[in-house]
Amino acid sequence: MKSLNLQRVFARNTYLISFILLVIVLGINYIVQNNVFELRVLNNNLRTLLPLILLAVGQSIVVIGGGLDLSVGTLVSMLSALLVTWVTPDSTPDQILLAVVLVCAAGMLAGLVNGLVVAYLRLQPMITTYATSFIFSGIALLLLPRPGGSIPRDLSTFYRSPLLDIPLAFYAIALLLLFWSVLRTTRYAQYLYATGSSGAAAYATGVPVRVVRVTTYVWSGLFAALASLTLMLSTGGASQANIGDDMTLDSIVAVVLGGTRLSGGQGGIAGAIIGVMILRVIRNVIFFAAVPTWSQTLVNALIIIAALAGPGLIRLIRRSIGR
Amino acid sequence: MNAQTLRRYLTPPLIALLLAIALFFAGGLINPDFINVTQAINIVRLAAFLGIISAGQTLVIISGGEGIDLSVGAVVTLAAILTFRITGGDNNLIGVGLLASLSAGFIVGLLNGIGIALLHIPPLVMTLGMTGVVSGTILVVTQGEMLGATPALMSTYIAKPLIFGIPGVILIWVALGVVMWLLMERTTYGKHLFAIGVNRTAARLSGVRVERAVIITYTLAGLLAALGGFMLLGFAQTVLLNLGDPYRFPSIAAVVVGGTMLTGGKGSYWGTMSGALVLTLIDSLLRAMGLAEAYQLIVFGGLLVLLIAVYGRELNLRQ
Repeated sequence: MKSLNLQRVFARNTYLISFILLVIVLGINYIVQNNVFELRVLNNNLRTLLPLILLAVGQSIVVIGGGLDLSVGTLVSMLSALLVTWVTPDSTPDQILLAVVLVCAAGMLAGLVNGLVVAYLRLQPMITTYATSFIFSGIALLLLPRPGGSIPRDLSTFYRSPLLDIPLAFYAIALLLLFWSVLRTTRYAQYLYATGSSGAAAYATGVPVRVVRVTTYVWSGLFAALASLTLMLSTGGASQANIGDDMTLDSIVAVVLGGTRLSGGQGGIAGAIIGVMILRVIRNVIFFAAVPTWSQTLVNALIIIAALAGPGLIRLIRRSIGR
Repeated sequence: MNAQTLRRYLTPPLIALLLAIALFFAGGLINPDFINVTQAINIVRLAAFLGIISAGQTLVIISGGEGIDLSVGAVVTLAAILTFRITGGDNNLIGVGLLASLSAGFIVGLLNGIGIALLHIPPLVMTLGMTGVVSGTILVVTQGEMLGATPALMSTYIAKPLIFGIPGVILIWVALGVVMWLLMERTTYGKHLFAIGVNRTAARLSGVRVERAVIITYTLAGLLAALGGFMLLGFAQTVLLNLGDPYRFPSIAAVVVGGTMLTGGKGSYWGTMSGALVLTLIDSLLRAMGLAEAYQLIVFGGLLVLLIAVYGRELNLRQ
């Protein structure tokens, strides 16, 4: 009876397994790196983590809606290139604000294109966004043929400094969770989950499935824009044409580690945030546990597979004992 | 010929093949030097590597259940490096190199299959994780140093003209096409593959051992990717840590352009072969036009959207 209850608890709280996993890896991290919870270290870690967190949040909205966005990384590259071609160290606040608004608009426009193609031309999300990723890469290369760019120093200093002794990223994460909890109460969220679990069934009950699908990619584009803004704040505006490309697959792994199923209709952004943290903490542990350089990739991959296999392994063992 | 018979014959693989031929002649309009036998053979040769590497991907995607294999690129690299290292340029050791490559591919594929079928890890992240494991193992073993050499015979039999000016890899590709057709259309495994792709529950209820079929599929995919890596070494002559990476997503694109649905249960290797030809042609064409890299990327992406829009569409919700 007790184990049955436990199962129900896990089924209802999809984040729970991920959260336990995060606590475990954080514990290990603390053992190998005692100062991990010190403000300075925490701040540094979160600051460089925020872009991927934002990207994974956008990715999880698409995944919940039953899609997948393989273009997010190249979108970050394109939008970062866009930003640094507009903003220079001498830009006035007005110019910067305008650039930020334009970058966000460009991100949403790119997402809109993805969404329209997926929802109205009815093309498979994975291959569509793979195709558009070439377009975004190409534009990034056009805008920024050589690595470069820089933003006003005050901005990167502001981004680097904790506010009231709390890392800035904490406020961002709190805002994200607030945004999500407000969104969850709306009818839109119900439509989103219904669309993700079964497009046909949702359509039959009057959900504007296509519109909802389009919006998921617009969200993803907006979050890619926010990711590129924080990434540029983090690098001081130094960019290159492929700066975000590698983030795509990380964002998907983070979503899955956070307990969101790729088949859609379930999960949430908190899982994605936890997933990104797990990925980062694993890398931290490997670094501070003095794993030889040549073995780091292997150890990292093995731990991630073990983390992914965990729930399935438990189920398999339980079933074989039950027999 | 009325519209209905036309539709029956104009299957996605055929459309892709016709498109490939049209593209080739379109290339001639842009640059008259583009059309000649040597160039045609060269393009088919390039397509053959992509085609062989995409063979396993075809099986995986048809098997459904969000089936996808992102580890092909890493397996290609692994097989090439193994052959490079084991043979050290010695023609007598080619067989050993091939065997080692195939065994390595077999193991990677088997692990993918076990993780996906038994531990219920989504294929996308499982095969992505295995990519890390394979690349990581390569780094641990080689420490970044690429020792070895390519046996001269491999180049002779794979990359250089063998019979009537046709390189061996094209002949092997055609033979693989026949084998894949037999495997998918004439064996029990083939029937099970399509059955699990359409509906796993229904397949299970009609007596298909779903988990076993899934594991066999990913194992075959590993094996075929390793074969592709072995072949690629005969062409590339040298190995890099990211030799196979450029094949990771194009292998999926070739399958989709060939008319195989990513949702599974429907498709053919003959389609993938046409898809590989189309993708390679577009790539060669864009290069021949001398466009800047940025424009090449943009045009390629746009064309890919158009290509899959022709027939890669999902069912209308209103049906």
